[in-house]
Amino acid sequence: MFVYMDHTATTPTSPEVMKAMMPYFGEVFGNPSSVYSFSRKSRTAIEKARKQVADALNADPSEIYFTGSGTEADNWALKGTLEKAKSKGKNHLITTSIEHHAILHSAEFLEGYEGVDVTYLPVDSEGKVSVEDVKNAITDKTALVSVMFANNEVGTIEPVAEIGALCRELKIPFHTDAVQAAAHLDIDVKAMNIDMLSMSAHKMYGPKGVGALYLRKGIFPVNFIHGGAQERKHRASTENIAGIVGFGEAMEILKGRLKEDKAVNSARRDRLIAGIMERIPHAKLNGATGEDRLPNNVNFSFIGVEGETLLLDLDAKGISASTGSACSSESLDPSHVLLALGLKHEMAHGSLRFTIGRLTTDEHIDYLLEVLPEIVAKRRAMSPLWEDYLKSIGE
Amino acid sequence: MALDYSQKVMDHFINPRNVGEIENADGIGEAGNPKCGDIMKIYLKVNPDTKIIDDVKFKTFGCASAIASSSMATEMIKGRSVEDAWNLTNSAVAEALDGLPPIKMHCSVLAEEAIHEALNDYRAKHGMEIIPIGHHED
Repeated sequence: MFVYMDHTATTPTSPEVMKAMMPYFGEVFGNPSSVYSFSRKSRTAIEKARKQVADALNADPSEIYFTGSGTEADNWALKGTLEKAKSKGKNHLITTSIEHHAILHSAEFLEGYEGVDVTYLPVDSEGKVSVEDVKNAITDKTALVSVMFANNEVGTIEPVAEIGALCRELKIPFHTDAVQAAAHLDIDVKAMNIDMLSMSAHKMYGPKGVGALYLRKGIFPVNFIHGGAQERKHRASTENIAGIVGFGEAMEILKGRLKEDKAVNSARRDRLIAGIMERIPHAKLNGATGEDRLPNNVNFSFIGVEGETLLLDLDAKGISASTGSACSSESLDPSHVLLALGLKHEMAHGSLRFTIGRLTTDEHIDYLLEVLPEIVAKRRAMSPLWEDYLKSIGE
Repeated sequence: MALDYSQKVMDHFINPRNVGEIENADGIGEAGNPKCGDIMKIYLKVNPDTKIIDDVKFKTFGCASAIASSSMATEMIKGRSVEDAWNLTNSAVAEALDGLPPIKMHCSVLAEEAIHEALNDYRAKHGMEIIPIGHHED
């Protein structure tokens, strides 16, 4: 059995989306920037996709700029905004300690090479940022506030609308990385007072290699990719037409089934969480619960075991999952998100993330609940840390 | 992720040899710490007459390469003299596993260290001088 439990890493491009994309690889190949009538088909296709994406966010199509990825959208928002703010003497960026590396490493770049002061806001034990902390961090030098919509590792949903309202009141640009959230939640950029928002197609059953940055009318970070006049002179490079068409299609389909998906996913999520708690002793759920958690995210720490071993044991049983353990990364540090939530290193090393989605069935949840307790028990039995832990709690 | 482990590493990870503890062990050694994500504990039973390691067991918290390194290292010292066991190097363990990814080499170092700790514990219990161990920064 192939049980894919890593929908947050990426999703398969859906057949309907692929079908919509196909003509733009061969038949309709014209460069949208060309003058002749043949190219009009390519231009029209891009504009249709722009409207599909805009409609899903309650934005205007003129506010959507296609990029090569969600990471590029994040880089553009941060670097472009801080670069532009320089002339106004503003050099302060506020973000959080649990952002995706696309934000964190952009912030570090700005700190290191552009003399930007960065405030990394802490989060509570569930991974939530406090609006009060955002408010207190704002100074007259603040050029941008960037807080992710929902966290990719633990699924915690941030108080984006409240932060948006605060920033709008204080006239400070507000960016949110919605790469995960856009695949699961209803987002209304107007109602939520969002100025900039990053998205990625491959997290929502669209193709890889295409993302978008929403820029509220009148908000223009300086350009990030320089060259031709594409994307109304704001993002150079010949358009990835098939990718953009796929993104638009994926977004429209997603929007149409969002409510239904949310109900199905959150029911499976909660069954998986309850099942793990019931079957595995000393399992700790990381992140928030209920409405404050992405409907598809399950993240646990199993004291005494190390995440990579669990991943390999699960892989041997046909299950694909993810971990915040250092052993699965190129560095030796465990997940910065789990550490920010206050987890001890050994708990962060012992984390597993399961993210459900369209490939998930009820049988998959049953199978995982059957296999996982045995795997955790097997690895705990050979762990000196588990032995020490049991002694420390008197068992 | 998607680390390329050799078949030998995967074999020793899936079916580790010599897992467990030894009651009244002649030497117990531990290396690593939970912060780094690896702890290895080695138990030795040494024949008092021949000074041969009659039995060895391990318990390890850590990634696949840490478990495989422990398993392989215990196999390599079982039935050998305490002198031979002391001379087991981390690179010999890694080589016996058909290599480890560069970022995982510290796991084989941990095996060497845990064995040295266990042998020193044995030496101390038998009135022998402790041999200083160079600790690796991991």
